[in-house]
Amino acid sequence: MFFNSWLWRSRHLSRSPLLLLRSRSIFLASSCTTELLACQNASEHQHSRKLPSTVPRIRPWWNVSWSSSYRNPSMEAEKTVASGEDSYGNESKQASSTEFLDFPGGKVSYINELQFLSESSPVRVPCFQLLDEYGQVAEHACLPEVDKLLAVKMYRNMVLLQTMDTLFYEAQRQGQFTFYLTTIGEEAINIASAAALSNDDIVYAQYREPGVLLWRGFSLNEFANQCFTNNLDYGKGRQMPVHYGSSKLNYPTVSSPIATQLPHAVGAAYALKMENNPACTVTFFGDGASSEGDFHAAMNFAAVLEVPVLFICRNNGFAISTPTAEQFKSDGVVAKGQAYGMRSIRVDGNDTLAMYATIKAARVMAISESRPILIEALTYRVGHHSTSDDSAKYRKQDEMQHWKMIRDPVFRFRRWLEGQRWWDPEADKQLRSESRKEVLAAIRSAGPLKKPSLSSLFTDVYDSVPSNLKHQEEEVRATVSRHWSDYPSDVPL
Amino acid sequence: MAAAVASQAVAAMASVAGIAVSLASSSSSQVARLQLTTPAAPSSFGIGRCHLLTRSSATSDFGSTAPKKHAVSKVATNAVVVINSDNYGSALLYFSHELLLFEALREGLEEELDRDPTVCVIGEDVGHYGGSYKVTKGFAEKFGDWRLLDTPICENSFTGMAIGAAMTGLRPVIEGMNMGFLLLAYNQIANNCGMLHYTSGGQFTIPVVIRGPGGVGRQLGAEHSQRLESYFQSVPGLQMVACSTPYNAKGLMKAAIRSENPVILFEHVLLYNLKEKIPDEEYICCLEEAELVRPGEDITILTYSRMRYHVTQAAKTLVNKGYDPEIIDIRSLKPFDMYTIGQSVKKTHRVLIVEECMRTGGIGASLRAAIMENFFDELDAPIGCLSSQDVPTPYSGPLEELTVVQPPQIVAAVEQLCMRG
Repeated sequence: MFFNSWLWRSRHLSRSPLLLLRSRSIFLASSCTTELLACQNASEHQHSRKLPSTVPRIRPWWNVSWSSSYRNPSMEAEKTVASGEDSYGNESKQASSTEFLDFPGGKVSYINELQFLSESSPVRVPCFQLLDEYGQVAEHACLPEVDKLLAVKMYRNMVLLQTMDTLFYEAQRQGQFTFYLTTIGEEAINIASAAALSNDDIVYAQYREPGVLLWRGFSLNEFANQCFTNNLDYGKGRQMPVHYGSSKLNYPTVSSPIATQLPHAVGAAYALKMENNPACTVTFFGDGASSEGDFHAAMNFAAVLEVPVLFICRNNGFAISTPTAEQFKSDGVVAKGQAYGMRSIRVDGNDTLAMYATIKAARVMAISESRPILIEALTYRVGHHSTSDDSAKYRKQDEMQHWKMIRDPVFRFRRWLEGQRWWDPEADKQLRSESRKEVLAAIRSAGPLKKPSLSSLFTDVYDSVPSNLKHQEEEVRATVSRHWSDYPSDVPL
Repeated sequence: MAAAVASQAVAAMASVAGIAVSLASSSSSQVARLQLTTPAAPSSFGIGRCHLLTRSSATSDFGSTAPKKHAVSKVATNAVVVINSDNYGSALLYFSHELLLFEALREGLEEELDRDPTVCVIGEDVGHYGGSYKVTKGFAEKFGDWRLLDTPICENSFTGMAIGAAMTGLRPVIEGMNMGFLLLAYNQIANNCGMLHYTSGGQFTIPVVIRGPGGVGRQLGAEHSQRLESYFQSVPGLQMVACSTPYNAKGLMKAAIRSENPVILFEHVLLYNLKEKIPDEEYICCLEEAELVRPGEDITILTYSRMRYHVTQAAKTLVNKGYDPEIIDIRSLKPFDMYTIGQSVKKTHRVLIVEECMRTGGIGASLRAAIMENFFDELDAPIGCLSSQDVPTPYSGPLEELTVVQPPQIVAAVEQLCMRG
């Protein structure tokens, strides 16, 4: 499959030496991917099948990214191997013209029986898993290359994320800030994906992915500052808690409306492709978001434009109170990939190693072949949707408890770590108490800080404050000075 | 040598000021076009390459798009070009070329695409087809079909895509095939385009330009005759401009692309074939400034886009009847150029707004409120506003004509306003 696509692209070699370089690197990367996908035996992983850690950089020595200003040749109308072309761009096969019907969309064979395609395939798309529920390596599993350093780092981040979520949630319940939502149950998705990506990849998150920021180095203080919306908040107090954003960590600010970040990710990938930048964009969304119009639009665009985006769906079973059975009739979200002409995979979102391997492979494919990939990570939303929700109203308590205690992804990964002799209960106890202390310290230090000043209400609406807003600011200040006693004392002017 | 050149420049400036004064005082002048000797190219006429100035006396707080501003004088020096060039008299452009409005848009876009490799155009049929109104004709061959991106039909998606691309460093120009289709992109425009700079605390900028033809055309039906400026005017974080002549179309297009803020450029379907001479030299128009179309003493008529031509047509009748209307094309729909408008109101004390928006919630409604708030004491009569009715635009020709403000209505409204006080 990959070889054929390379051959086909090579027909256009005469157009530009750049394309030659590009197609060659595509072939090389694809062969690595084939290797990876062909890995069958669990024991083979000992012989270290290396995942390419860097994508081949295509930097032309002349400073013109000419090839990136044109679409991939594969984006032209579907062609078949034959001679002669009709006005649709279809090449007609002279020999057996009775076997095919010719349409602008391409050639299709015909059938004389009235048959409808079934609404679902008889077998659901299987789910990729490497570690079973008990943290044991599954049969025939080929583990990715994860050394002790990386594995322990992933685990530490997962624990820190879990601790941060628990304590911040409690802080909201105590009234320290007005809103929070947790990632409990989805730590593996957060951290394993972050670990598999590079810091150059731009992450368009929905809201349940602070683990990615945590991995990239967002400090607990920075998280707390945003939740408390104090004057150190990067968002300057303008967004709700949990709507983090950091331009230096390539994590655009979270926007509340569901799925609006999907087309953004496609656009950012378009920009990366135009600049010949060997990075991809990654966008997270939930099962509910897959019903939004933006999802369909973004998927379609990404496939048509052939841009490097990873669409990671956290199918956690619920969209607030709507279960997936009421969200879509298809076989989850993975089945939609093929409908848009996009490669897709279903993975066990609670299996850290499987998530890591999947994202790593998907990233290589996305960048080297310049294509979008859909990844459906099956998981369970252990916590409530947010602090404004009480999920006991629509699901059973024992179901939540079951997933929280027995099918916890953090515990599962810990079992594997302990099996590898890379972790022990003592270290775990210490880590948890350390994390707890750090999180509490962050909460304590963020709380008392001052709120953003009144002038920050009017800045950043435009690049500079226009006269009408200056006028409105004066009005507000005049009102405040008239009613000084009604104005909160911890908000500087 | 430098001193000589500098003194020549000073002399030129003085002569410019002199010219400006004389134009302003002549009552028959319809145009304020100034010619300035650039120190680099003096000529024996004393008039070298034409350099059209935009008004300089107002301070603009949208700093980044500031064009070359020269503090010339307090005279309203808006360089304005009027379509019926037979009224010009002697103020001819020496280095100019004539083109249609859509060609002016194309020229502006082409210059920006040439100048900045991060500029790209995203929309339906903008690539090899050249755009539904031929604004991007020939670009895909020149710049590549990746920079002139043909998208599938999903306005919300390609608007969102452009926002994401803008956050990553590109400067996309989003073309809506018709402004009305951008209603589908309203979520992305209102919730993300206008907001992300603010909610991210200034970390991400969205320098997009959203453009497309809108307004009431010739029997295009209700869905293709939308006036989207009404709906978008409330969204914080956006800037809106409306072009009306080839000159300001090109200038506004260039300024919008160079702006760091998201800008919506409203074009009008019926103005694309307007012909005019524009300068060869590169120029941009200030995004926040209004344009003085015709100076006057009796009444200020504020208008924009296609209605400008209905107003100028009505002005001929009014002048014959002895009135002296001052016509201002407000051009900047958000924010309003309250300085120019204010100066005019202080002079004439009467205002009539002529717009194509619906009566309820249109640009006229907001403008009326803003003028009343700021210049109530200057007014001798209530602010008049002529706008379309609150009905969907019908297909039938005569009915459609009834929903758009026509010159006789404008004349009647002016007469009525001028009779009061």
